[in-house]
Parts: sequence; structure tokens; C-alpha cells
Amino acid sequence: MYDILIIGAGICGAFLARDLSRYELRVALADRADDIACGATMANSAIIHSGHDPKPGTLKARFNLEGSRMYEGICRELGTAFRRCGAFVAAASPEEEGVLKDLLARAQGRGIPAQILGREEALLREPHLADSVRSVLDLPTTAIITPWEVAIALTEEAVLNGTDLLLGRNVTAIRREKDGFVVSAQRRDGSLETLRSRFLVDAAGVYADRIYAMAAGYSPFSITPKKGEYFVIDKEKNPLVSRVIYPTPSEKGKGVLAVPTIHGNLLIGPNSDPTPDREDLGTTAAGLAYVREKISKTVRDIPFHKVIRSFAGLRSSGSTQDFIVEEARDVPGLFLAAAIESPGLTSAPAISRYIVEELIGSHISLRPRKEYRKRQPPLVFDALSPAEKNELIRKDPAYGHMVCRCEQITEGEVLEAIRRPAGARTIKGVKKRCRPGMGRCQGGFCEPLVAEILCRETGVSLPELFYMDSQDETIKKGGENHENL
Amino acid sequence: MRTCDLVVIGGGSAGMAAAIAAREKGVKDILILERGEETGGILLQCIHNGFGLHTFGEELSGPSYAERFSDQVRSLGIAVETNALVLHLDTDRTLSYVSPRSGFVTLQARCVILAMGCRERPRGAIGIPGARPAGVWTAGAAQRYVNLDGFLPGRRVFILGSGDIGLIMARRMTLEGAKVLGVAELMPYSNGLSRNLKQCLEDFQIPLYLSHTVTDIQGRERVSAVTISQVDENRRPIPGSEKTFAVDTLLLSVGLLPENTLSEEAGIELHPRTRGPVVDEFLQATIPGVFACGNVLHVHDLVDFVTAEGKEAGEAAARFLDAGLPAGPHASVEAGEGISYCLPQRIHTQALPDSLTLSFRVLSPQRNVTLAVEKDGKCIKTLRRRVMLPAEMERLTLQREDLTGLQESLRLRIMDFSQNGRLEEG
Repeated sequence: MYDILIIGAGICGAFLARDLSRYELRVALADRADDIACGATMANSAIIHSGHDPKPGTLKARFNLEGSRMYEGICRELGTAFRRCGAFVAAASPEEEGVLKDLLARAQGRGIPAQILGREEALLREPHLADSVRSVLDLPTTAIITPWEVAIALTEEAVLNGTDLLLGRNVTAIRREKDGFVVSAQRRDGSLETLRSRFLVDAAGVYADRIYAMAAGYSPFSITPKKGEYFVIDKEKNPLVSRVIYPTPSEKGKGVLAVPTIHGNLLIGPNSDPTPDREDLGTTAAGLAYVREKISKTVRDIPFHKVIRSFAGLRSSGSTQDFIVEEARDVPGLFLAAAIESPGLTSAPAISRYIVEELIGSHISLRPRKEYRKRQPPLVFDALSPAEKNELIRKDPAYGHMVCRCEQITEGEVLEAIRRPAGARTIKGVKKRCRPGMGRCQGGFCEPLVAEILCRETGVSLPELFYMDSQDETIKKGGENHENL
Repeated sequence: MRTCDLVVIGGGSAGMAAAIAAREKGVKDILILERGEETGGILLQCIHNGFGLHTFGEELSGPSYAERFSDQVRSLGIAVETNALVLHLDTDRTLSYVSPRSGFVTLQARCVILAMGCRERPRGAIGIPGARPAGVWTAGAAQRYVNLDGFLPGRRVFILGSGDIGLIMARRMTLEGAKVLGVAELMPYSNGLSRNLKQCLEDFQIPLYLSHTVTDIQGRERVSAVTISQVDENRRPIPGSEKTFAVDTLLLSVGLLPENTLSEEAGIELHPRTRGPVVDEFLQATIPGVFACGNVLHVHDLVDFVTAEGKEAGEAAARFLDAGLPAGPHASVEAGEGISYCLPQRIHTQALPDSLTLSFRVLSPQRNVTLAVEKDGKCIKTLRRRVMLPAEMERLTLQREDLTGLQESLRLRIMDFSQNGRLEEG
């Protein structure tokens, strides 16, 4: 019997698990996928928005502002990357310049540092702004992170402090009983598992309405995913932009952005297309063409010949147009972190704090755990001095073996990614934790090496190894399709 | 800091040939840095035959071809460090590498030969839309799984791109029991060698769809189908021409890119077409004492030419270390009408070589055309060629008397180049 079972190991679920693990509680974090951060957390713009954009009076405005103020400290504590790169909102017409003035007033009203810069001054800082840009709103507090890195770090810390990480559990039924919930979950091998918990948190992303419906028999809200497609552009010696470039927002959303990433790539996207299919992560020719066309209004000279990947993510857009963060009115004990679309990444720590301290805290007393264990960040070979590198390789020659030449990742780092708490079990899991395959060859050289190390470490054979993290996503299923020669 | 007369980055066919040639010309202090577990590079996974016809007059497998050079490197006592990846190269020819045996090493080289080879263009670089399930690999990665790891990555296969690795893998997958349903090629002609078209596709009755590309990938977890469409002359998909194949695997053979991250970092000028270093007649890059050969310089079709180029680079490096190489003003070598690129890109004009071999490729298939060589704007030589294909690297040798008086530029072009000059299929 758990005190709290969190359904969904995305960024919200991970914050909730970590925050709850600070207390003397029995906590479980479950996900249908085989790894943490497989949904929107893996595929988004990776921005900590300053909070200038959401409409006043919404939960989005409240949690965005709170979250953006929490992140730097959280990342420092976890040892994850955080860079306050700043942002420009670019206006390309007199009408848009009018909107900028409104945004400036909104930002100032919220205590967010902001100013409007004319074209000339903006160009001094971002020389690749498009010719049509007339002025910009300068938002120096906007920041970037690597979202899945944060989710994994949080989960590691939760696991270190007693949280049960239950991956590969697809929740199929929820029954409410007198003292809590009985949750049926299907495992990868088809077997059913029964989980019991006093309280439930629904942080199930695009499936949040379904989880609610399992508990209540119906759902007062619905989720219609909105697909966003992106290009990833190779690292360049001189990055094209040094801060996030937003267009002036419209009714349709924040628009197509140019975003520098922590590791020196450039993200271009997203579009926003409602899709009824909650699993549809395919990119489309039309969507990518739209992204290319729209970005040309704010940034010029984008080296599209250096695209190394395109991808799509699904926003968990809800029928209420706002986040749904509350205790379910007709299912006491079920807490909702639902419809967490943008700015969900930024808002996640504030949403979690609110649910833990205000909602769950009103039901049970939160007694701090006596010995809270902090996570040790993984070793990053590239960040060491030559002397440190030598010392490390002398102790463990695996750090002298480069597995990924594009991102310069050693076998030692791959081994650590597998051996850590909540460690990687798939090729993609390794990629998320220490980056082999993220570079310009996209795994062409390193994937077989990573596969070999995973097989060796986890004791599976190549045909049994899973490539991706979501259910049944395999490169190599044993049996009919794939075999050893 | 440790020093070394000649550091060769990459122990594949180019690097080994370069090191052997340099040793034979008297360079004693040579170090080959190889990222793999042994020398040989990509040849080690190319277990098909057809290597070495020019060099040895016989058909060898990739590993056998490599072994002949590895043996020679060993018997000449050339130092090789394997599992060693070069991380940085500086303008002053200092470099750092890492290996399990030596740790993190910084050394000062008097001379560097770049022989890092190339990498495959991944799916993202060509922007195929559609789902992103498992089951999409570059042909080379699949080749590694099949030939080195003994593992068949799919049962029903479609291949995009008719480059040589794609063709070779069509045959290889078929021989291992997979069904290859077809190969799509964006261009109206194949990018592979004629012999591979014959031996890898025709002999196995695998259809080749010219002027086609993949326009959709289906499948949630694993590829379940790919859709191809015919393209118009601007390479745009033609609506209504879609064909769908139920497959579990899509292999990509959509181009090779010289691996020049290190060169770029060192500030070496790269050529926009070859994506390799700009070199002079000694294969010397824009930093003196740094040479380039093999696929890092331009993507080759035959390993024999890689070996020959490696030998040239090794000999030039030896000359650089011994008596020095001519410097001074240089003329540019330009790719004119119908020519994709031409190497070397520059020639020193004050010390012309006795002979100069130009390596080049044509932009599109050519039949019964005349190649013209222009020196400072005047045509000095014409040559008839019956067939020239973009898939095949062409070579043309000029003698000293052809070059005498060269000041500004040497230009290679196809006379009367036009769309009509294209080779029609069949």
C-alpha cells in the first residue's frame, strides 16, 4: 500500500516524486513507458519562459511565474544544466509592435525584467534577426535547460529516497475503495499487476483525461493533443542566435521559435496542429514546411542544410484552455496535474509544490524524511581538465574509450548511465542520459557500440534489447522479425 | 609536450597508405591514431569482394585488402595507437587524443595527415517526414550489425538511395534471408557503380525506382510500411504517384559526408562542394604541414584511389619534413560547366610539378562529350569521353608543358554542356 501513486513519469511526475520523497511517505512513480520522460518532456522547446506571456488570472500565469523563479536553484541543487540565455520577442509590423507594448506592461506588472529595443540595438545583440523585424521585447530572464535531464535527475533523487519507480506499467483500471485506490496495470509481458495507494496523482500527459475517466467513470475535461514539429540544427562554431527568438504571440500561441540548446544545437519550431491520435509523433512535410516559412519572419540565414534531425512532440492541450491542477471534485484523493501544455515545463516545479504542500498537505501531515540523500551528478568526461582525465583513465580505462565521436562520450559515461539509480535499459535511455547518438551522425557509428555495452551490462542478447523506451518499441524483437545470424 | 614528426589521424586505407609511403621516404617518427580496435577502418565491415583490382590486380574482400596494409604497417614498425580518438586539432598542429592505454595526450606534430574518412548522412539530414519508429538505419550501420555483430536487423527491407553501400546491403540482406522489396533513387540515374547495379540488384531481381523518394514512413513502434513517390525534374514528389511497401526496415544510402569536425576546428578551409579541405598539388590543406587524403578529402568510389591518394599525401609529408615544399603564389583550379568538383583546388605557380593528376566528378551522366582544360582562360587541351557518371571519380593527368606559364587559373569544363548532354536511361 503506497501513500501516493503518481501516474506519469514526465517532468510533472518527476517533480512530484522528488518533492514527495522529502517526506516520510511511501511513494511510487509509474509510467507505461520503459523510461522516464518519454512524452512531451522529451519533445518540447526546452525553455524556461520568463512568464510574460500567459493571460492574467490563469493558472498558467501563476505557475509559470513561480516556476521560472524556482528553476535556477533547482538545477544547481540537482547538478543539471541551466543557462539564462535571455529572449527576444520580435515584432515585424506596427500592429505587432503594439502587442509588444502590451506584453511589456504585462511583464512589468509581474515583476519580470523587460524592455523594448529598437531594431539597431537588437541587431547588435542578435545579428541574424530577419529584415522585417522592427523592434523586440528583451526578456533577459528567459532560460534554457535540457528537460529530460531534469526529469531523470529528479527521478534519481526520488529513487535514492525510497520512491518505487514502476516503469512499463500501463494503467488499465482504477477502482476507488474505502481507504484508497486499487490500480490495475498491465506489464510488458501482458501480466496484470495490482497497485494500491491512498492517494493518486494524475500526471499522465495526453492520457490524463483517460486516467480520470478510469477513476470517475467519466472525465469533466478532455485532452486533444496538439502536435509541434521541430528541426534540430548541427552545432556551429559561431551559433546563429545566442538567445531564444520568439515571434510576437498571436491567438494561436507563441509561434515558431529559434532556440539555442544547452549543448550548442539550434531548435527551430514548433507548429501547432491538433491531432486526435495520442501516439502520433510523426513529422509531416506540411508541418515542417510551415516551420521553415514562419521562422523566416524573425531569423534569417538559418542553415537548413545542417539539419540533423526533425521530431514532433504532443502538447497535452485541455478543453478548459488552462492547466487543471486541483483535487478532483468528484474523486476525493485524486490530484490532477492535467492539461499541462506550454508553459508546462517552466510551471512543473510550482505545480508540484502546490499539489504537495497545499493539496496533499491538507490531507496528511508531511513529516520530513530524516536522512535525505542528494543526487550526485554523473561524471562528464569532457568537462574535466587534462590531468583529471588522465587520472580517471588510469583508474578506469573505460573512460579512455570514446564511444560517441560526435558528442565525445566515453564508455565510462555509458556504463554510468546504465548503472545509476533509475538507469538506462535501452539505447534511447543511454542517449537521453549521456548523449551518444545526439550528434551529427545520429547514432550511425555509436549505436552498435552502445547496444553492445548495454547487452554486456544488463545480460540480454542483442535480439532482446529494446531500442526505445515506449512500450514495445524495439529495434529487435526476438522472433519473427529479427534474429541472430 | 610530447612531439612527433608525423601524426596520421585515422588508420583506414588512406591513413595506412600515407604512413607507409612516408616511412618508405624516410620518415622515422610516425604515429597512426586509430579510433577503432584495429586498423582497417570501414573496410573491416565490407566483407564483399571487389577491392584491389587496380592496386593488386585481384579481387579482395575489404578485410583482406586492409590486412595487406596492416601487415605492412606492422612490418615497417610504424607506431599505431588503437582505440584512440583525436579530440582537438589546433592551427599550430598540436593535437590531443584520448585512449584507454595512454589516457589524455597532447602532442605537437611537425606534420599531420588527415585521414578520418567520412560518415553517412542520417535520416534527419534529408528530412523524410513520417513516423519515427525503430527500424530506420543507415546502410552502413546495418552492414555493421550484419557483418560484424552477426545480427539481421530486419526481414522485409526497403532501401532509399542507390549509393554503393545501399546496393551492397540490398544483396547482403537478401543473402542473409531478408526480402528486399526495392531501392528508390531520387535522381534519374543511379549513384552507385555499374557493377554494383548489376551484381547487387539485377542478379537478385530487386527493382530500382529511379526518380523516386520516400515520402512517408509508417509504424508506431517498428516500421510497418514506407511510401515512395515519383519526383518531377525539380525533385518534388508528384501527388498520385505513391506506392506503399509493407516492410519492417528502411535502410538509407543517401550520401556520405567527409568527417571534418577536427579540420573545421583547426581553421582549415573546407570546400563547399567536396566538404573536404581545400588542398594544393601536394594535398596540403590551408595550414602548412597538414595534408588530407581519402574520404575526408572527397568521397571516393574505389578504395584503390584512396590508397593512391594516401601514398601521395605520405610522400608529400615526407618532402615537407625533409626539404620543405614550394610556397609562393598559386593558381586556382576551377570546376566549370558540368563539373561537380575538381581536386586539387590550387597549384603553386613558381614550382610547377612534372605532372599533375586532377580528380573530378561530373554533375550528371554524360555521353560522348568533350572535356576542355583552360589555362588562364585559354583552352589548352580537349579530351573526348564516351561515358562519364557522377558515381565514378574521373582522373585526368596534365604534363608540365601543359602547365607552363600558369598564372591565375586552371579550369575544367564540359564543352557544349547542356541538359541534352544527359545520358538517357537504357
